[in-house]
Amino acid sequence: MLTKRIIPCLDIKDGRTVKGVNFVDLRDAGDPIELACRYNRVGADELVFLDISATEQKRKTLADLVLKVAAALDIPFTVGGGISSVEDAKKLLRNGADKVSINSAAVRRPELINELADAFGNQCVVVAIDAKKVNDSWLVHLVGGKVPTLIDLNEWAREAEFRGAGEILFTSMDHDGTKNGFANTALAELTEKVNIPIIASGGAGNTQHFVDTFKKGKVDAALAASVFHFGEIHIPELKQILKKENIPTRII
Amino acid sequence: MKTVIVDYDAGNVKSLQFALERLGVVGQITNNSELISSADKVIFPGQGEAASAIEKLRSKGLDTLIPQLKQPVLGICLGMQLLCKQTEEGNTQGLGILPAKVVRFPNTVKVPQMGWNTVNHKAEGLFEGIAQDCYMYLVHSYFIPLTDATIAQSQYAGAYSVAVQKDNFCGVQFHPEKSSKNGLRLLENFLKF
Repeated sequence: MLTKRIIPCLDIKDGRTVKGVNFVDLRDAGDPIELACRYNRVGADELVFLDISATEQKRKTLADLVLKVAAALDIPFTVGGGISSVEDAKKLLRNGADKVSINSAAVRRPELINELADAFGNQCVVVAIDAKKVNDSWLVHLVGGKVPTLIDLNEWAREAEFRGAGEILFTSMDHDGTKNGFANTALAELTEKVNIPIIASGGAGNTQHFVDTFKKGKVDAALAASVFHFGEIHIPELKQILKKENIPTRII
Repeated sequence: MKTVIVDYDAGNVKSLQFALERLGVVGQITNNSELISSADKVIFPGQGEAASAIEKLRSKGLDTLIPQLKQPVLGICLGMQLLCKQTEEGNTQGLGILPAKVVRFPNTVKVPQMGWNTVNHKAEGLFEGIAQDCYMYLVHSYFIPLTDATIAQSQYAGAYSVAVQKDNFCGVQFHPEKSSKNGLRLLENFLKF
């Protein structure tokens, strides 16, 4: 039976993990490889690396990092941040990334989704969407949530699917950082609207939130950063809880 | 022993090379016919769309070479699907090594299937030493139905083939290079063929 995925997300700046990592047994909390290997060992199903380097120049280190990650990991991983062409994606995929995640660049130029899907296959293309509820509708925001648009979340997700996206990573800006749980009502609606896998992101605070997003949000995967980085939730324990709740999960 | 990874610009060959490296084996990435013909083991990966993949194989003359190989060949993901006679994807003719036809998942399930699924297998050959109902990582929209050549199956909108074997050719739908310890063991088993 296909299992639900648990995905830790690592924010990368200039080749280092940022946003704080608090594991006692890591020699260097900023080293993304060391952190990635730790998550691999404890049973993470997949990892996401999101490059938030400010400049193009600094992003060049990303391709080198991807190669090192691919050498170290034996589970799949997605890389995102600043990808706006087939050429950008090709470097990362050739170095061993399994999928690329695109966000603002796809909204600005939706053909990018078609181009990536044609070049590498739908399974490589994750469309990340940041959205916020404004007057009862979920509106897409760009540039890490800084720039609002009038685009509706569900309509954009359907267009992304139609153009060849293999997966949607939906981050609720209203829930992100609150630790009050995922946007399950919006996620359940989104799941009805598209027929590709959905990753829930934003709002994880405790293990019950993961149970809820799989049961109520009906998602295929759940992503979180700080609750894992700070050791507030341990993946092996989380998976035992999911199993008890009859949510199919990979126990290693 | 010489192991080659067939390179035709279709797939994440780097991760495969790293997985072999973990087993202490050098996997040479190549599209050179002579190197492929003379190798002891051939790994035939694949990702993306079937029609364009077949086109790329043709442009390098690999579509005629691969079916003639006599040494053990392992097709992975699209590589496995291309071993079949035909695929619904782009209504494409495959290499014809297996008589099966590759079909698309129905829309009653999410397409692509993406993630870790349990695999039920004949506990021998490729799967020697691997636990029953082991997890493997899969990502695909098309699949091979159960056939005489099926040696492992998973459930997604019903039972279907996730590993096949015929003569010196075998194939797996999942990505052993991304399937943690179980995947590595499968590659190790293949290298012993």
